[in-house]
Amino acid sequence: MKILVPVKRVIDANIRVRVKSDHTGVEMNNVKMAMNPFCEIAVEEALRIKEAGNADEVILVSVGPTKCQETIRTGLAMGADRAVHVETDDTLEPLAVAKMLKAIAKKEETDLVILGKQSIDDDNNQTGQILAAIMGRPLGSYISEIEKNDAGFMITREIDAGLEKLQITSPAVVTTDLRLNEPRYASLPNIMKAKKKPIEKLTPADLGVSTEQRVQTIEVNDPPERDAGVMVSSAAELVEKLRNEAKVI
Amino acid sequence: MSILVIAEHDNSQLSPATLNTVTAASKVGGDVHVLVAGEGCGDVTAAAAKIAGVSSVLSCDSISYTTGITENVANLIKSQSANYSHIMAAASTAGKALIPYAAALCDVQPISDISDVIDADTFVRPIYAGNALATVKSSDALKMLTVRTTAFEMAEEDGGNASVTNIDDTGASDWVQFVEQSLSKSERPELTSARIVVSGGRGMQNGENFAMLEKLADQFGGAVGASRAAVDAGFVPNDYQVGQTGKVVAPDMYMAVGISGAIQHLAGMKDSKVIVAINNDEEAPIFQVADYSWNEDLFVAVPALQGELEK
Repeated sequence: MKILVPVKRVIDANIRVRVKSDHTGVEMNNVKMAMNPFCEIAVEEALRIKEAGNADEVILVSVGPTKCQETIRTGLAMGADRAVHVETDDTLEPLAVAKMLKAIAKKEETDLVILGKQSIDDDNNQTGQILAAIMGRPLGSYISEIEKNDAGFMITREIDAGLEKLQITSPAVVTTDLRLNEPRYASLPNIMKAKKKPIEKLTPADLGVSTEQRVQTIEVNDPPERDAGVMVSSAAELVEKLRNEAKVI
Repeated sequence: MSILVIAEHDNSQLSPATLNTVTAASKVGGDVHVLVAGEGCGDVTAAAAKIAGVSSVLSCDSISYTTGITENVANLIKSQSANYSHIMAAASTAGKALIPYAAALCDVQPISDISDVIDADTFVRPIYAGNALATVKSSDALKMLTVRTTAFEMAEEDGGNASVTNIDDTGASDWVQFVEQSLSKSERPELTSARIVVSGGRGMQNGENFAMLEKLADQFGGAVGASRAAVDAGFVPNDYQVGQTGKVVAPDMYMAVGISGAIQHLAGMKDSKVIVAINNDEEAPIFQVADYSWNEDLFVAVPALQGELEK
Protein backbone atom coordinates (compact mmCIF):
# COMPACT_ATOMS: atom_id res chain seq x y z
CA MET A 1 0.00 0.00 0.00
CA LYS A 2 1.16 3.51 -0.85
CA ILE A 3 0.16 6.54 1.20
CA LEU A 4 0.19 10.10 -0.13
CA VAL A 5 0.44 12.94 2.39
CA PRO A 6 0.02 16.53 1.17
CA VAL A 7 1.83 19.03 3.43
CA LYS A 8 1.48 22.82 3.56
CA ARG A 9 3.94 25.51 4.58
CA VAL A 10 2.26 28.10 6.82
CA ILE A 11 3.19 30.80 9.33
CA ASP A 12 4.33 29.04 12.51
CA ALA A 13 1.39 28.45 14.87
CA ASN A 14 3.18 30.29 17.70
CA ILE A 15 3.60 33.52 15.72
CA ARG A 16 1.06 36.27 16.19
CA VAL A 17 0.06 37.34 12.68
CA ARG A 18 -0.16 41.02 11.73
CA VAL A 19 -2.36 42.49 9.02
CA LYS A 20 -0.33 44.42 6.42
CA SER A 21 -0.78 48.18 6.45
CA ASP A 22 -2.05 48.13 2.84
CA HIS A 23 -4.69 45.53 3.84
CA THR A 24 -3.74 43.12 1.04
CA GLY A 25 -2.98 40.25 3.42
CA VAL A 26 -0.93 39.45 6.48
CA GLU A 27 2.78 40.22 6.95
CA MET A 28 4.84 37.32 5.57
CA ASN A 29 8.31 38.93 5.37
CA ASN A 30 10.82 37.60 7.91
CA VAL A 31 8.13 35.56 9.64
CA LYS A 32 8.95 32.06 10.89
CA MET A 33 7.30 29.38 8.77
CA ALA A 34 6.55 25.76 9.65
CA MET A 35 4.59 22.72 8.54
CA ASN A 36 0.85 23.15 9.18
CA PRO A 37 0.20 21.30 12.51
CA PHE A 38 -2.63 19.20 11.03
CA CYS A 39 -0.30 18.12 8.21
CA GLU A 40 2.24 16.96 10.84
CA ILE A 41 -0.48 14.75 12.31
CA ALA A 42 -1.15 13.38 8.81
CA VAL A 43 2.54 12.57 8.23
CA GLU A 44 2.75 10.91 11.66
CA GLU A 45 -0.28 8.72 10.99
CA ALA A 46 1.08 7.62 7.60
CA LEU A 47 4.38 6.68 9.25
CA ARG A 48 2.61 4.71 11.98
CA ILE A 49 0.60 2.77 9.39
CA LYS A 50 3.84 1.98 7.56
CA GLU A 51 5.64 1.02 10.79
CA ALA A 52 2.76 -1.34 11.65
CA GLY A 53 3.54 -3.16 8.39
CA ASN A 54 0.41 -1.95 6.59
CA ALA A 55 2.07 0.32 4.03
CA ASP A 56 5.17 0.12 1.84
CA GLU A 57 5.78 3.74 1.06
CA VAL A 58 4.89 7.22 2.33
CA ILE A 59 5.07 9.95 -0.33
CA LEU A 60 4.82 13.64 0.54
CA VAL A 61 3.58 16.36 -1.77
CA SER A 62 3.66 20.10 -1.34
CA VAL A 63 2.37 22.73 -3.74
CA GLY A 64 3.84 26.24 -3.62
CA PRO A 65 7.01 28.31 -3.87
CA THR A 66 10.62 27.00 -3.75
CA LYS A 67 10.72 27.32 0.04
CA CYS A 68 8.10 24.57 0.40
CA GLN A 69 11.09 22.27 0.12
CA GLU A 70 11.95 23.15 3.75
CA THR A 71 8.54 21.82 4.76
CA ILE A 72 9.04 18.74 2.60
CA ARG A 73 12.45 18.10 4.24
CA THR A 74 10.78 18.30 7.66
CA GLY A 75 8.40 15.53 6.64
CA LEU A 76 11.19 13.47 5.09
CA ALA A 77 13.15 13.84 8.34
CA MET A 78 10.12 12.53 10.25
CA GLY A 79 10.46 9.41 8.11
CA ALA A 80 8.60 9.77 4.80
CA ASP A 81 10.30 7.99 1.89
CA ARG A 82 10.23 10.54 -0.93
CA ALA A 83 8.39 13.63 -2.10
CA VAL A 84 6.90 15.58 -4.96
CA HIS A 85 7.14 19.38 -5.08
CA VAL A 86 4.73 21.16 -7.40
CA GLU A 87 6.47 24.49 -7.72
CA THR A 88 4.47 27.68 -8.30
CA ASP A 89 4.39 31.24 -6.97
CA ASP A 90 0.71 31.61 -7.88
CA THR A 91 -1.95 32.16 -5.21
CA LEU A 92 -3.54 28.76 -4.68
CA GLU A 93 -7.08 27.73 -3.88
CA PRO A 94 -8.18 24.38 -2.43
CA LEU A 95 -10.01 23.38 -5.65
CA ALA A 96 -6.85 23.87 -7.78
CA VAL A 97 -4.63 22.16 -5.20
CA ALA A 98 -7.03 19.21 -4.99
CA LYS A 99 -6.93 18.86 -8.80
CA MET A 100 -3.12 18.65 -8.65
CA LEU A 101 -3.25 16.14 -5.79
CA LYS A 102 -5.70 14.03 -7.78
CA ALA A 103 -3.25 13.92 -10.73
CA ILE A 104 -0.41 12.87 -8.42
CA ALA A 105 -2.49 10.27 -6.54
CA LYS A 106 -3.51 8.80 -9.88
CA LYS A 107 0.04 8.73 -11.23
CA GLU A 108 1.41 7.18 -8.03
CA GLU A 109 -1.54 4.78 -7.70
CA THR A 110 -1.88 5.55 -3.99
CA ASP A 111 -4.30 3.61 -1.78
CA LEU A 112 -4.74 6.24 0.88
CA VAL A 113 -4.39 10.02 0.97
CA ILE A 114 -4.10 11.51 4.47
CA LEU A 115 -4.53 15.29 4.76
CA GLY A 116 -4.73 17.70 7.66
CA LYS A 117 -8.36 18.75 8.15
CA GLN A 118 -7.48 22.41 7.70
CA SER A 119 -4.49 24.69 7.41
CA ILE A 120 -4.11 27.29 10.13
CA ASP A 121 -3.58 30.17 7.67
CA ASP A 122 -6.74 30.31 5.55
CA ASP A 123 -8.73 27.99 7.86
CA ASN A 124 -10.60 26.74 4.79
CA ASN A 125 -11.08 23.11 5.81
CA GLN A 126 -11.79 22.06 2.19
CA THR A 127 -8.97 20.31 0.33
CA GLY A 128 -9.57 16.75 1.58
CA GLN A 129 -13.30 16.90 0.93
CA ILE A 130 -12.76 18.33 -2.56
CA LEU A 131 -10.11 15.71 -3.35
CA ALA A 132 -12.38 12.82 -2.33
CA ALA A 133 -15.21 14.23 -4.45
CA ILE A 134 -13.17 14.77 -7.63
CA MET A 135 -11.36 11.45 -7.27
CA GLY A 136 -14.69 9.69 -6.79
CA ARG A 137 -13.36 8.00 -3.64
CA PRO A 138 -14.77 7.70 -0.09
CA LEU A 139 -14.09 10.48 2.42
CA GLY A 140 -13.25 10.06 6.08
CA SER A 141 -13.23 13.58 7.48
CA TYR A 142 -11.99 14.66 10.94
CA ILE A 143 -10.72 11.24 11.95
CA SER A 144 -9.44 10.44 15.43
CA GLU A 145 -8.75 6.77 14.60
CA ILE A 146 -8.03 4.71 11.50
CA GLU A 147 -7.52 0.98 11.18
CA LYS A 148 -6.79 -0.95 8.00
CA ASN A 149 -8.95 -4.05 7.45
CA ASP A 150 -9.94 -6.38 4.62
CA ALA A 151 -12.82 -4.15 3.54
CA GLY A 152 -10.68 -0.99 3.48
CA PHE A 153 -10.48 1.25 6.53
CA MET A 154 -12.47 1.50 9.74
CA ILE A 155 -12.42 5.14 10.82
CA THR A 156 -13.68 7.09 13.83
CA ARG A 157 -14.72 10.67 13.11
CA GLU A 158 -15.05 13.56 15.54
CA ILE A 159 -18.50 15.07 15.02
CA ASP A 160 -20.29 17.87 16.89
CA ALA A 161 -22.26 15.53 19.14
CA GLY A 162 -19.53 12.96 19.84
CA LEU A 163 -17.92 10.27 17.70
CA GLU A 164 -18.99 8.39 14.56
CA LYS A 165 -17.57 5.16 13.19
CA LEU A 166 -17.64 4.44 9.45
CA GLN A 167 -16.30 1.61 7.31
CA ILE A 168 -14.91 2.98 4.04
CA THR A 169 -13.49 1.18 1.04
CA SER A 170 -9.96 1.59 -0.32
CA PRO A 171 -8.57 3.72 -1.98
CA ALA A 172 -9.78 6.47 0.32
CA VAL A 173 -9.15 10.07 1.35
CA VAL A 174 -9.08 10.93 5.06
CA THR A 175 -8.51 14.17 6.99
CA THR A 176 -6.95 14.29 10.43
CA ASP A 177 -8.38 15.80 13.59
CA LEU A 178 -6.26 16.83 16.56
CA ARG A 179 -6.53 13.71 18.63
CA LEU A 180 -5.43 11.21 15.99
CA ASN A 181 -1.86 11.16 17.30
CA GLU A 182 1.03 13.16 18.74
CA PRO A 183 3.54 13.87 15.93
CA ARG A 184 7.19 12.90 16.50
CA TYR A 185 10.21 15.17 16.35
CA ALA A 186 12.81 14.36 13.73
CA SER A 187 16.12 13.12 15.17
CA LEU A 188 19.41 14.64 13.99
CA PRO A 189 20.50 11.49 12.07
CA ASN A 190 17.11 11.45 10.34
CA ILE A 191 17.43 15.13 9.45
CA MET A 192 20.80 14.32 7.82
CA LYS A 193 19.35 11.30 6.02
CA ALA A 194 16.40 13.35 4.77
CA LYS A 195 18.77 15.56 2.79
CA LYS A 196 19.49 12.64 0.48
CA LYS A 197 15.88 11.57 -0.08
CA PRO A 198 14.56 12.34 -3.58
CA ILE A 199 12.19 15.24 -4.32
CA GLU A 200 10.58 15.15 -7.75
CA LYS A 201 9.83 18.61 -9.16
CA LEU A 202 6.73 19.37 -11.21
CA THR A 203 4.70 22.43 -12.19
CA PRO A 204 0.91 22.87 -12.21
CA ALA A 205 1.13 22.85 -16.03
CA ASP A 206 2.84 19.41 -15.95
CA LEU A 207 -0.26 18.18 -14.13
CA GLY A 208 -2.62 19.98 -16.53
CA VAL A 209 -4.13 22.14 -13.78
CA SER A 210 -4.91 25.88 -14.04
CA THR A 211 -4.29 28.05 -10.97
CA GLU A 212 -6.73 30.73 -12.09
CA GLN A 213 -8.48 32.09 -8.99
CA ARG A 214 -12.23 31.74 -8.52
CA VAL A 215 -12.27 33.66 -5.25
CA GLN A 216 -10.34 36.95 -5.00
CA THR A 217 -9.32 38.49 -1.70
CA ILE A 218 -10.47 42.13 -1.82
CA GLU A 219 -9.00 43.22 1.50
CA VAL A 220 -7.81 41.91 4.85
CA ASN A 221 -8.57 43.77 8.08
CA ASP A 222 -7.96 43.48 11.80
CA PRO A 223 -10.88 42.08 13.76
CA PRO A 224 -12.72 44.58 15.99
CA GLU A 225 -10.95 45.07 19.35
CA ARG A 226 -12.71 44.38 22.61
CA ASP A 227 -12.85 47.18 25.17
CA ALA A 228 -10.64 46.75 28.22
CA GLY A 229 -12.44 45.03 31.05
CA VAL A 230 -12.40 45.48 34.81
CA MET A 231 -10.90 43.43 37.62
CA VAL A 232 -13.16 42.04 40.32
CA SER A 233 -11.99 40.64 43.63
CA SER A 234 -14.91 38.71 45.11
CA ALA A 235 -17.80 36.46 44.15
CA ALA A 236 -20.26 39.04 45.47
CA GLU A 237 -18.74 41.77 43.27
CA LEU A 238 -18.75 39.55 40.18
CA VAL A 239 -22.37 38.42 40.65
CA GLU A 240 -23.47 42.01 41.30
CA LYS A 241 -21.79 43.20 38.07
CA LEU A 242 -23.20 40.32 36.01
CA ARG A 243 -26.70 41.03 37.33
CA ASN A 244 -26.83 44.80 37.32
CA GLU A 245 -24.16 46.04 34.91
CA ALA A 246 -23.88 43.35 32.21
CA LYS A 247 -27.44 42.09 32.88
CA VAL A 248 -26.60 38.60 31.65
CA ILE A 249 -27.82 36.60 34.67
CA MET B 1 -31.98 34.50 -7.38
CA SER B 2 -32.74 31.48 -5.18
CA ILE B 3 -30.75 30.29 -2.23
CA LEU B 4 -30.78 26.76 -0.85
CA VAL B 5 -30.05 26.27 2.86
CA ILE B 6 -29.14 22.73 3.93
CA ALA B 7 -31.02 21.95 7.15
CA GLU B 8 -29.04 20.53 10.04
CA HIS B 9 -31.01 18.05 12.14
CA ASP B 10 -31.06 14.63 13.82
CA ASN B 11 -34.23 13.42 11.99
CA SER B 12 -36.47 14.58 14.86
CA GLN B 13 -35.35 18.13 15.62
CA LEU B 14 -34.17 21.00 13.47
CA SER B 15 -30.87 22.38 14.80
CA PRO B 16 -30.96 26.10 15.72
CA ALA B 17 -27.87 26.51 13.49
CA THR B 18 -30.26 26.23 10.53
CA LEU B 19 -32.04 29.39 11.73
CA ASN B 20 -28.77 31.36 11.74
CA THR B 21 -28.00 30.06 8.25
CA VAL B 22 -31.42 31.19 7.00
CA THR B 23 -30.61 34.71 8.26
CA ALA B 24 -27.32 34.69 6.33
CA ALA B 25 -29.24 33.52 3.24
CA SER B 26 -31.82 36.30 3.67
CA LYS B 27 -28.98 38.82 3.77
CA VAL B 28 -27.92 37.71 0.28
CA GLY B 29 -31.48 38.42 -0.88
CA GLY B 30 -33.83 36.37 -3.06
CA ASP B 31 -35.98 33.32 -2.38
CA VAL B 32 -34.78 31.17 0.50
CA HIS B 33 -35.42 27.43 0.24
CA VAL B 34 -34.46 24.75 2.78
CA LEU B 35 -33.39 21.20 1.96
CA VAL B 36 -34.21 18.53 4.56
CA ALA B 37 -32.47 15.22 3.79
CA GLY B 38 -33.01 12.52 6.38
CA GLU B 39 -35.05 9.47 7.29
CA GLY B 40 -38.33 9.78 9.17
CA CYS B 41 -37.68 13.51 9.23
CA GLY B 42 -41.28 14.72 8.79
CA ASP B 43 -41.15 16.82 11.98
CA VAL B 44 -38.00 18.54 10.74
CA THR B 45 -39.61 19.29 7.38
CA ALA B 46 -42.64 20.74 9.18
CA ALA B 47 -40.38 22.88 11.40
CA ALA B 48 -38.39 24.11 8.38
CA ALA B 49 -41.60 25.13 6.60
CA LYS B 50 -42.51 27.38 9.55
CA ILE B 51 -39.24 29.37 9.58
CA ALA B 52 -39.94 33.03 8.81
CA GLY B 53 -38.56 34.02 5.41
CA VAL B 54 -38.45 30.50 3.92
CA SER B 55 -40.63 30.13 0.81
CA SER B 56 -40.06 26.48 -0.07
CA VAL B 57 -38.86 23.30 1.60
CA LEU B 58 -37.40 20.41 -0.38
CA SER B 59 -37.75 17.17 1.54
CA CYS B 60 -36.07 13.86 0.82
CA ASP B 61 -37.01 11.15 3.29
CA SER B 62 -34.87 8.09 2.55
CA ILE B 63 -32.58 5.54 4.19
CA SER B 64 -29.79 7.07 2.09
CA TYR B 65 -29.75 10.05 4.48
CA THR B 66 -30.38 8.50 7.93
CA THR B 67 -27.03 9.55 9.38
CA GLY B 68 -26.22 12.29 6.87
CA ILE B 69 -23.26 10.57 5.18
CA THR B 70 -21.39 13.33 3.33
CA GLU B 71 -21.21 11.58 -0.06
CA ASN B 72 -24.93 10.81 -0.15
CA VAL B 73 -26.16 14.26 0.85
CA ALA B 74 -23.64 15.91 -1.51
CA ASN B 75 -25.02 13.96 -4.47
CA LEU B 76 -28.54 15.06 -3.53
CA ILE B 77 -27.38 18.70 -3.36
CA LYS B 78 -25.76 18.38 -6.78
CA SER B 79 -29.04 17.08 -8.23
CA GLN B 80 -30.72 20.36 -7.16
CA SER B 81 -27.84 22.76 -7.77
CA ALA B 82 -28.92 23.97 -11.24
CA ASN B 83 -31.88 25.80 -9.65
CA TYR B 84 -29.80 27.92 -7.28
CA SER B 85 -27.40 30.86 -7.16
CA HIS B 86 -26.21 30.07 -3.63
CA ILE B 87 -26.11 26.92 -1.50
CA MET B 88 -25.35 27.34 2.19
CA ALA B 89 -24.97 25.24 5.33
CA ALA B 90 -23.95 25.96 8.90
CA ALA B 91 -20.20 25.67 9.53
CA SER B 92 -20.73 22.68 11.83
CA THR B 93 -18.68 19.51 11.37
CA ALA B 94 -21.45 18.21 9.11
CA GLY B 95 -21.63 21.39 7.01
CA LYS B 96 -17.86 21.82 6.83
CA ALA B 97 -17.50 18.31 5.42
CA LEU B 98 -20.53 18.54 3.15
CA ILE B 99 -20.25 21.88 1.34
CA PRO B 100 -16.70 21.47 -0.05
CA TYR B 101 -17.55 17.94 -1.19
CA ALA B 102 -20.75 19.07 -2.92
CA ALA B 103 -19.00 22.15 -4.36
CA ALA B 104 -16.32 19.95 -5.94
CA LEU B 105 -19.05 17.88 -7.61
CA CYS B 106 -20.31 21.17 -9.11
CA ASP B 107 -16.76 22.45 -9.94
CA VAL B 108 -17.19 25.39 -7.57
CA GLN B 109 -14.52 26.84 -5.24
CA PRO B 110 -16.43 26.96 -1.93
CA ILE B 111 -16.13 29.74 0.67
CA SER B 112 -15.91 28.58 4.29
CA ASP B 113 -17.19 30.07 7.51
CA ILE B 114 -18.57 33.42 6.32
CA SER B 115 -19.18 35.95 9.11
CA ASP B 116 -20.81 38.66 6.96
CA VAL B 117 -22.51 39.11 3.60
CA ILE B 118 -21.45 42.24 1.67
CA ASP B 119 -23.37 41.44 -1.52
CA ALA B 120 -24.40 38.37 -3.52
CA ASP B 121 -20.75 37.68 -4.54
CA THR B 122 -18.79 39.20 -1.66
CA PHE B 123 -18.38 37.82 1.85
CA VAL B 124 -16.28 38.35 4.97
CA ARG B 125 -14.60 35.40 6.66
CA PRO B 126 -12.13 35.00 9.51
CA ILE B 127 -8.62 33.72 8.68
CA TYR B 128 -5.67 32.91 10.95
CA ALA B 129 -7.96 31.77 13.76
CA GLY B 130 -9.91 35.02 13.62
CA ASN B 131 -6.79 37.21 13.94
CA ALA B 132 -7.71 38.76 10.59
CA LEU B 133 -10.89 39.17 8.56
CA ALA B 134 -10.73 38.65 4.79
CA THR B 135 -13.24 40.15 2.37
CA VAL B 136 -13.48 37.77 -0.59
CA LYS B 137 -15.36 37.90 -3.90
CA SER B 138 -16.38 34.80 -5.83
CA SER B 139 -16.52 34.67 -9.63
CA ASP B 140 -18.22 31.25 -9.68
CA ALA B 141 -21.79 31.41 -11.04
CA LEU B 142 -22.91 29.22 -8.14
CA LYS B 143 -21.72 30.16 -4.66
CA MET B 144 -21.35 27.41 -2.10
CA LEU B 145 -20.79 28.59 1.44
CA THR B 146 -20.62 27.57 5.06
CA VAL B 147 -21.86 30.07 7.62
CA ARG B 148 -20.34 30.99 10.99
CA THR B 149 -23.63 30.72 12.87
CA THR B 150 -22.55 32.92 15.78
CA ALA B 151 -22.18 35.87 13.39
CA PHE B 152 -25.86 35.85 12.35
CA GLU B 153 -29.03 36.13 14.46
CA MET B 154 -31.47 33.24 14.41
CA ALA B 155 -34.42 33.61 12.01
CA GLU B 156 -37.84 33.43 13.68
CA GLU B 157 -38.93 29.82 14.16
CA ASP B 158 -42.53 30.73 13.41
CA GLY B 159 -44.29 32.92 10.91
CA GLY B 160 -43.38 31.16 7.69
CA ASN B 161 -45.66 29.00 5.61
CA ALA B 162 -43.43 27.40 3.00
CA SER B 163 -44.60 24.92 0.40
CA VAL B 164 -43.12 21.42 0.79
CA THR B 165 -41.89 19.46 -2.24
CA ASN B 166 -40.69 15.89 -2.01
CA ILE B 167 -37.62 15.35 -4.16
CA ASP B 168 -36.04 12.18 -5.56
CA ASP B 169 -33.42 10.26 -3.62
CA THR B 170 -30.05 10.07 -5.41
CA GLY B 171 -29.05 6.84 -3.69
CA ALA B 172 -26.44 5.75 -1.19
CA SER B 173 -22.73 5.30 -1.81
CA ASP B 174 -21.38 1.74 -1.71
CA TRP B 175 -18.10 3.06 -0.37
CA VAL B 176 -19.24 4.22 3.03
CA GLN B 177 -21.05 2.08 5.60
CA PHE B 178 -22.31 3.62 8.82
CA VAL B 179 -21.16 1.55 11.82
CA GLU B 180 -22.14 3.45 14.96
CA GLN B 181 -22.34 6.79 16.70
CA SER B 182 -21.44 7.40 20.33
CA LEU B 183 -23.10 10.64 21.27
CA SER B 184 -22.56 12.55 24.49
CA LYS B 185 -25.86 12.72 26.33
CA SER B 186 -26.53 15.87 28.30
CA GLU B 187 -29.51 17.52 29.97
CA ARG B 188 -27.81 20.87 29.53
CA PRO B 189 -28.32 23.22 26.57
CA GLU B 190 -26.26 22.49 23.46
CA LEU B 191 -22.88 24.24 23.57
CA THR B 192 -23.18 26.27 20.36
CA SER B 193 -26.67 27.57 21.11
CA ALA B 194 -26.48 28.00 24.92
CA ARG B 195 -27.05 31.52 26.29
CA ILE B 196 -24.38 30.97 28.94
CA VAL B 197 -21.26 28.80 28.65
CA VAL B 198 -18.94 27.86 31.53
CA SER B 199 -15.64 26.42 30.24
CA GLY B 200 -12.73 24.81 32.02
CA GLY B 201 -9.10 24.51 31.06
CA ARG B 202 -5.98 22.72 32.15
CA GLY B 203 -6.31 24.51 35.51
CA MET B 204 -9.19 22.14 36.37
CA GLN B 205 -6.48 19.48 36.98
CA ASN B 206 -8.72 16.47 36.26
CA GLY B 207 -12.07 15.34 34.88
CA GLU B 208 -13.71 14.92 38.31
CA ASN B 209 -13.24 18.63 39.03
CA PHE B 210 -15.46 19.44 36.04
CA ALA B 211 -18.41 18.47 38.29
CA MET B 212 -17.87 21.88 39.90
CA LEU B 213 -18.34 23.60 36.57
CA GLU B 214 -21.37 21.48 35.75
CA LYS B 215 -23.01 22.61 38.97
CA LEU B 216 -22.15 26.23 38.18
CA ALA B 217 -23.46 25.88 34.61
CA ASP B 218 -26.72 24.45 35.99
CA GLN B 219 -27.07 27.43 38.33
CA PHE B 220 -26.81 29.69 35.26
CA GLY B 221 -28.91 27.39 33.04
CA GLY B 222 -25.89 27.12 30.75
CA ALA B 223 -23.66 24.62 28.95
CA VAL B 224 -20.20 23.33 29.82
CA GLY B 225 -17.26 23.69 27.45
CA ALA B 226 -13.51 23.18 27.63
CA SER B 227 -10.22 24.31 26.16
CA ARG B 228 -8.20 22.10 23.87
CA ALA B 229 -5.70 21.55 26.69
CA ALA B 230 -8.45 20.09 28.91
CA VAL B 231 -9.70 17.85 26.10
CA ASP B 232 -6.20 16.70 25.14
CA ALA B 233 -5.51 15.91 28.81
CA GLY B 234 -8.57 13.62 28.73
CA PHE B 235 -10.60 15.59 31.33
CA VAL B 236 -13.67 15.77 29.05
CA PRO B 237 -14.71 14.39 25.61
CA ASN B 238 -13.81 16.08 22.31
CA ASP B 239 -17.27 17.54 21.77
CA TYR B 240 -16.67 19.95 24.70
CA GLN B 241 -13.87 21.74 22.86
CA VAL B 242 -14.25 25.45 22.16
CA GLY B 243 -11.69 26.98 19.79
CA GLN B 244 -10.39 27.38 16.28
CA THR B 245 -10.53 23.66 15.65
CA GLY B 246 -13.42 22.86 18.00
CA LYS B 247 -16.70 24.70 18.35
CA VAL B 248 -17.17 28.40 17.83
CA VAL B 249 -19.51 29.89 20.43
CA ALA B 250 -20.79 33.41 21.07
CA PRO B 251 -23.12 33.21 24.09
CA ASP B 252 -24.42 36.16 26.14
CA MET B 253 -21.89 35.18 28.80
CA TYR B 254 -18.76 33.05 28.46
CA MET B 255 -17.03 32.17 31.72
CA ALA B 256 -13.46 30.85 31.28
CA VAL B 257 -12.27 29.01 34.37
CA GLY B 258 -8.61 28.00 34.61
CA ILE B 259 -8.12 28.76 30.90
CA SER B 260 -4.98 30.74 30.01
CA GLY B 261 -6.37 31.95 26.68
CA ALA B 262 -4.27 30.49 23.86
CA ILE B 263 -4.93 32.15 20.47
CA GLN B 264 -6.68 29.02 19.26
CA HIS B 265 -9.11 29.09 22.22
CA LEU B 266 -9.82 32.82 21.90
CA ALA B 267 -10.73 32.19 18.24
CA GLY B 268 -13.64 30.08 19.41
CA MET B 269 -15.17 32.44 22.00
CA LYS B 270 -14.05 36.04 21.60
CA ASP B 271 -17.30 37.11 19.95
CA SER B 272 -19.19 36.31 23.17
CA LYS B 273 -21.15 39.32 24.46
CA VAL B 274 -19.68 39.23 27.96
CA ILE B 275 -16.50 37.34 28.87
CA VAL B 276 -15.63 36.46 32.47
CA ALA B 277 -12.20 35.01 33.27
CA ILE B 278 -11.17 33.32 36.49
CA ASN B 279 -7.47 32.49 36.66
CA ASN B 280 -4.77 32.41 39.33
CA ASP B 281 -2.16 33.67 36.84
CA GLU B 282 -2.41 37.45 36.60
CA GLU B 283 -0.44 37.33 33.32
CA ALA B 284 -2.96 34.98 31.64
CA PRO B 285 -3.80 36.28 28.11
CA ILE B 286 -7.48 35.53 28.73
CA PHE B 287 -7.61 38.66 30.95
CA GLN B 288 -6.88 40.82 27.89
CA VAL B 289 -10.18 39.89 26.26
CA ALA B 290 -12.29 39.51 29.42
CA ASP B 291 -14.88 42.09 30.49
CA TYR B 292 -14.66 40.85 34.08
CA SER B 293 -11.37 39.39 35.29
CA TRP B 294 -10.97 37.70 38.63
CA ASN B 295 -7.38 36.85 39.54
CA GLU B 296 -8.12 34.04 42.01
CA ASP B 297 -7.52 30.32 42.45
CA LEU B 298 -10.46 28.64 40.73
CA PHE B 299 -10.84 26.18 43.62
CA VAL B 300 -11.58 29.18 45.85
CA ALA B 301 -13.49 31.23 43.28
CA VAL B 302 -15.91 28.63 41.91
CA PRO B 303 -17.30 27.49 45.31
CA ALA B 304 -17.58 31.14 46.38
CA LEU B 305 -19.50 31.92 43.22
CA GLN B 306 -21.79 28.93 43.75
CA GLY B 307 -22.48 30.13 47.30
CA GLU B 308 -23.19 33.67 46.13
CA LEU B 309 -25.64 32.44 43.47
CA GLU B 310 -27.48 30.32 46.06
CA LYS B 311 -28.15 33.36 48.24
